[in-house]
Amino acid sequence: MTTWTMAKALNRGLEAAMVADDKVILMGEDIGPLGGVFRVTEGLSARFGTDRVLDTPLGESGIVGAAIGLAMRGYRPVCEIQFDGFIYPAFDQITSQLAKLTARHEGSARFPIVIRVPYGGHIGAVEHHQESPEAYFAHTPGLRLVSPSTPNDAYWMIQQAIASDDPVMFFEPKSRYWPKGEVDEGESAAPLHTTRVVRGGTDVTLVGHGAMVSVLLQAAEVAAGEGTSIEVVDLRSLSPVDYGPLLKSVEKTGRLVVAQEAPGFASVGSEIAATIAERAFYALEAPVLRVSGFDAPFPPAKLESLYLPDADRVLDAVDRALNY
Amino acid sequence: MADAPQHDAVSVQMISPEGRFEPNAAAEEFLPYLDRLDEDRLRTFYRDMAVIRRFDAEVGHLQRQGQLALWVPSHGQEAAQVGSGHAARPQDSIFPAYREHAVAKIRGVDLIDIVRMLRGLTHGGWVPAEHGNFHLYTLVIGSQTLHATGYAMGIALDGAPTGDPEKDEAVMVYFGDGATSQGDTNEAMIWAASYATPQVFFLQNNHWAISVPVSRQSRTPLVDRARGFGLRSTRIDGNDVLASYAVTAKQLDDARAGRGPGFIEAMTYRIGAHTTSDDPTRYRGADELKFWEARDPITRYRHHLEQRELADAAFFADVESEAADLAADTRRRTLALGTPGIDLIFDNVYAEDHPVPREQKKWLQDYEAGFGEAR
Ligand SMILES: Cc1ncc(C[n+]2csc(CCOP(=O)(O)OP(=O)(O)O)c2C)c(N)n1
Ligand SMILES: [Mg+2]
Repeated sequence: MTTWTMAKALNRGLEAAMVADDKVILMGEDIGPLGGVFRVTEGLSARFGTDRVLDTPLGESGIVGAAIGLAMRGYRPVCEIQFDGFIYPAFDQITSQLAKLTARHEGSARFPIVIRVPYGGHIGAVEHHQESPEAYFAHTPGLRLVSPSTPNDAYWMIQQAIASDDPVMFFEPKSRYWPKGEVDEGESAAPLHTTRVVRGGTDVTLVGHGAMVSVLLQAAEVAAGEGTSIEVVDLRSLSPVDYGPLLKSVEKTGRLVVAQEAPGFASVGSEIAATIAERAFYALEAPVLRVSGFDAPFPPAKLESLYLPDADRVLDAVDRALNY
Repeated sequence: MADAPQHDAVSVQMISPEGRFEPNAAAEEFLPYLDRLDEDRLRTFYRDMAVIRRFDAEVGHLQRQGQLALWVPSHGQEAAQVGSGHAARPQDSIFPAYREHAVAKIRGVDLIDIVRMLRGLTHGGWVPAEHGNFHLYTLVIGSQTLHATGYAMGIALDGAPTGDPEKDEAVMVYFGDGATSQGDTNEAMIWAASYATPQVFFLQNNHWAISVPVSRQSRTPLVDRARGFGLRSTRIDGNDVLASYAVTAKQLDDARAGRGPGFIEAMTYRIGAHTTSDDPTRYRGADELKFWEARDPITRYRHHLEQRELADAAFFADVESEAADLAADTRRRTLALGTPGIDLIFDNVYAEDHPVPREQKKWLQDYEAGFGEAR
């Protein structure tokens, strides 16, 4: 066991993947000597050289488009998008190209590309630096999406994502880059596309991903003080969703609140709410409730605490579920 | 040097690094444009550069003291900005990136509005039509270049130029060396050339895109790349305010007269960090910094004014005190800035009534009211 920040855990996970397979290369803006704006790639260009850590020209479409060609040539590119809001210049390459190429090749080619996306709010940053764009990509068949919430998951999931022969969008909750957590370097981790119950409870189930998980745990703690027993599920994989543990939890509690930073309309949370309503209808004691960012552009930093769901907003939904 | 392969293009230079008026051969065709400048304007260039440098430093301090989410320094790029900013005519429209504080000031933007944006109080900050047609900052690299081209297409679609430079409009868009790699920027140049738009692309090549040297963006001088798109293209010494003024004045007047789009590559340097979040010691050497500090645009121009006896000690003292006043005023006003309300999240998501933000605003208002005074 070691104690690392998530940034460090990702750094070590990338390093391990690069040691294990010399076809793994990193691509992105400022990921070389600077080590990325979040220092996730710190030291890797010094260790592996500029042929394996590519400080690219400034262009996201170029990064992902070139990664596709490199994958065709047998490489396993790991692309870094500097911030959530800067992924859109690559949207065509990700959704129209990368996501479809496996199907178009009818089994004759694979596209083992990871796209790392620091995402989410809580960091008080300027426009385009706090968004949660995962729904656009979850809506796109052909992409796998995951998001770790702890350093240990980050360490293992990045290696699993790189090992996957499919394109994986790897969403890194940037407000969780700095808190430290225990990482077990020896123990092999849970499979990539699995959800996990991170706190047991009996009255209400809360599910979320990324930075939202720590908010849900806070809410559960407060609720426990008031005599409500809450189960918290860390989604971990946004596509595909591992519904097993979630259904089991809802069958026990009868109540589900889905929380996310992203706007609620046509979101990952909407998909989960609909599926649980379909598959656990008779177990539900209340409608599945969603707590989301508002359906408005992510606001200026001074308003982010009003925009982002916090423990109070989650507990408000818990109360509504309990009082239904 | 980070840009070693790029040194072979000639830059228009009016003032030598020592401050002497020594136009080089490339400057010849632009010399007549300097005749537009009387002594007052020549002094104003100095005033604007010095005042904005002081403002920039002050807001940098305020950011360090926790007053802003981020600050984007303009230190070192004052000549490129002040010369080009003054070359634009009142009817022109300017599309900035996010570092053009000096141009903002020249066009009449209240600088506190830039502070408000980077403090996290607004994503906009000012009404372009009421502030010298200086459009909002754009943080997504390169996007504004296409907006500028579209605006310029609109000017052309509105009718042929009258031939009167006091009336005919032109557009100028600012962007950086990193931005030249974005698809949008390249498409903007293609469209501009294709539709012969009345616009000028003003590239501030400050040699770095955060930690990435310009040699990663281009192995050929960027001034040459623009020619390949069919733009009239000139490289200038970006730390020479008179070169910046004269070349931009000519380019804009050519563009407004219907002679098609132009491109200026201003060779300058980002003396400070990329932003207050950045640590340039991780990726660039002290020698390079020293080289460029010795070419400081303000010192150079001060020597120039002194040599021509256009300014005396009293003038420089006056500028100094104006700069100090602006800094103090900016500090005072920054500390007095309030916090916006819920309205700002919801009220302008759409121009027309839309049920979703309307209902969500009501929900949030009721929800917040439920906490009473507790929050
Ligand atoms: C589409 C996009 N990708 C990445 C970024 C992050 N980013 C902000 S500034 C910058 C470098 C820009 O360099 P340049 O165009 O030379 O302008 P400068 O900052 O030097 O003025 C980068 C990569 C961004 N803002 N937008
Ligand atoms: Mg630059």
